[in-house]
Amino acid sequence: MAETVFRRPEALADVTTHYCPGCTHGVIHRLVGEVIDELGLRERTVGIAPVGCSVLAYNYFATDFHEASHGRAPAVATGVKRARPDLIVFSYQGDGDLASIGMAEIIHCANRGEKVTVVFVNNAIYGMTGGQMAPTTMPGQVATTCPLGRDVNLAGWPIRVAELVSTLKTPAYVARASVHSPLHAVAAKEMLRTAFRYQKENVCFSLVEILSTCPTNWGIPPAESTAWLEKNMLPYYPLGTFKTPGGEDRAPGPLGRGRRGSGHAE
Amino acid sequence: MAKKLMKGSEAIGEAAIQAGCRLFFGYPITPQNEIPEYMSHRLPQVGGTFVQAESEVAASNMLYGAAGSGERVFTSSSSPGISLMQEAISYLAGSELPCVVVNIMRAGPGLGGILPSQSDYFQATKGGGHGDYRLLVLAPWSVQEAADLVQDAFDLADYYRNPVLVLGDGLIGQMMEPVEFRTGRVPCKPLPPKDWAATGCKGGRATNIINSLFLDPQVLEHHNQKLQAKYAAMVRDEVRCVEYGTEADYDVLVVAYGTVARVCSTAIEDLGAEGVKAAMVRPVTLFPFPYEQVRRAAQKAKAVLVVELSTGQMVEDVQLALLGTRPVHFFGRQGGMLATPEEVAEQIRAIAAGRSGEVAHG
Repeated sequence: MAETVFRRPEALADVTTHYCPGCTHGVIHRLVGEVIDELGLRERTVGIAPVGCSVLAYNYFATDFHEASHGRAPAVATGVKRARPDLIVFSYQGDGDLASIGMAEIIHCANRGEKVTVVFVNNAIYGMTGGQMAPTTMPGQVATTCPLGRDVNLAGWPIRVAELVSTLKTPAYVARASVHSPLHAVAAKEMLRTAFRYQKENVCFSLVEILSTCPTNWGIPPAESTAWLEKNMLPYYPLGTFKTPGGEDRAPGPLGRGRRGSGHAE
Repeated sequence: MAKKLMKGSEAIGEAAIQAGCRLFFGYPITPQNEIPEYMSHRLPQVGGTFVQAESEVAASNMLYGAAGSGERVFTSSSSPGISLMQEAISYLAGSELPCVVVNIMRAGPGLGGILPSQSDYFQATKGGGHGDYRLLVLAPWSVQEAADLVQDAFDLADYYRNPVLVLGDGLIGQMMEPVEFRTGRVPCKPLPPKDWAATGCKGGRATNIINSLFLDPQVLEHHNQKLQAKYAAMVRDEVRCVEYGTEADYDVLVVAYGTVARVCSTAIEDLGAEGVKAAMVRPVTLFPFPYEQVRRAAQKAKAVLVVELSTGQMVEDVQLALLGTRPVHFFGRQGGMLATPEEVAEQIRAIAAGRSGEVAHG
């Protein structure tokens, strides 16, 4: 009899997602699902869904879930975790949700050191509303609300959330990963595992920023969008661990060293 | 328990604890700071949790998260802060989550002032946030009643799976009066099990999802109809009001709620000595509004006087109750100015003597 070597994680629902071809939300969902399974957390996990492309995340995970209004997921997560500290609480948020309308909530959630995990998916654009400029949109990148490309003199530079959150004194685990290649996805999973483990052990707040593709709104075919991410986003958004609860920060991740060294934007 | 002299804000906080609430999320705003301050020292004593949020927006969303876990939770604020909470309150109503929100009203609009007002009546009773939803709105007139209504509010919220708003003015928050917390209090409604709460799908139970998003219009219409049926049940079963002097004969019926009703009752008493006869209906629930009780009591009067610390937001509900059968007059103060018994008495005298103009029908 054949042995099953690959199956859907229990923490993922057996449904088809609505995500576009070439979008990496599906990969990230799977990695989160695998980590929840491997740490044995499914039956005590409550996810917080954002507003954005992953607004329907509650249909795709097989865990209890709580909707949040736009940007407020870290506040909702705080409410759940403070009410039930025995639960594992994670928010799943995009860059418009977290880095624009929800900036106050994420900073203060991290600063209070809430023992929750934030999965932050950065694809440098508003997806669900149709390709508007995000706080993370790259300089010169065309979006429907910056048709001539992002002008940093008018819109400022893209916000580096992992770096920003890691400046807070409160102990936390903060890292940035990417899933545009299988090898990167493996490293991303390790970071997610570390983040959830810190919560499971009641150590600290954790945030993993994951770079993601948006072929639909970037206007680039899926196969080329991974190259676009590597060429344009990786140099500005270096991968690696930015903060650990022990205090050692800005250590490059498993795949971060070369990328950071070769492509820092400053 | 023996009577204790307490500030209204503290009595509200203690009432929440007596009702089993162990979670408070809030943000400072005058004139209700004594509520979060009280909760910040009292909750840890009973194993509870107090969080000072970064804003009312965050506080109300923490409330939303905690309510979704099925725990009893409340927040308090004052008018501008309650405006910031409207988004979350709409989500709480849409997701059918129980919680208690206390608004110690100050004068508006905008930043307004910090003194007592009743100018959030429309916001409280007619919506406030987006979408077709209602809050059960309870309006205390004394510190004791505030303590009692806050405890009832938790039961009503759990029973209806809906936010309940306790609407007090700045006086309720700031004045001190004797309060008694009854031991062995029985919930005012049956408390259904919270099997809908998102607490982890232990033991293979189906996942629970706290949600107000329904992209299928037919499903959303059905959801709205379900909510409306709930609000209709509140209208049928939860109307509360108190009548003063309506068993005797009177020429003028006063309608007032909250602390202003106490001013009116003093005025009515004083006028009795002059032979000017007036009575009062005091709505305790503002939604549902006691239309029938106001209509019935007004039948014995020649005219009705509405007194509020606003420009007359409740007048519309009184007019709706009377449907033009009695002239409606209004007296109000705004901006944090209070009505005095003498001012109210003079209004009643003028109406009784035919010297006061009727409010134009909206």
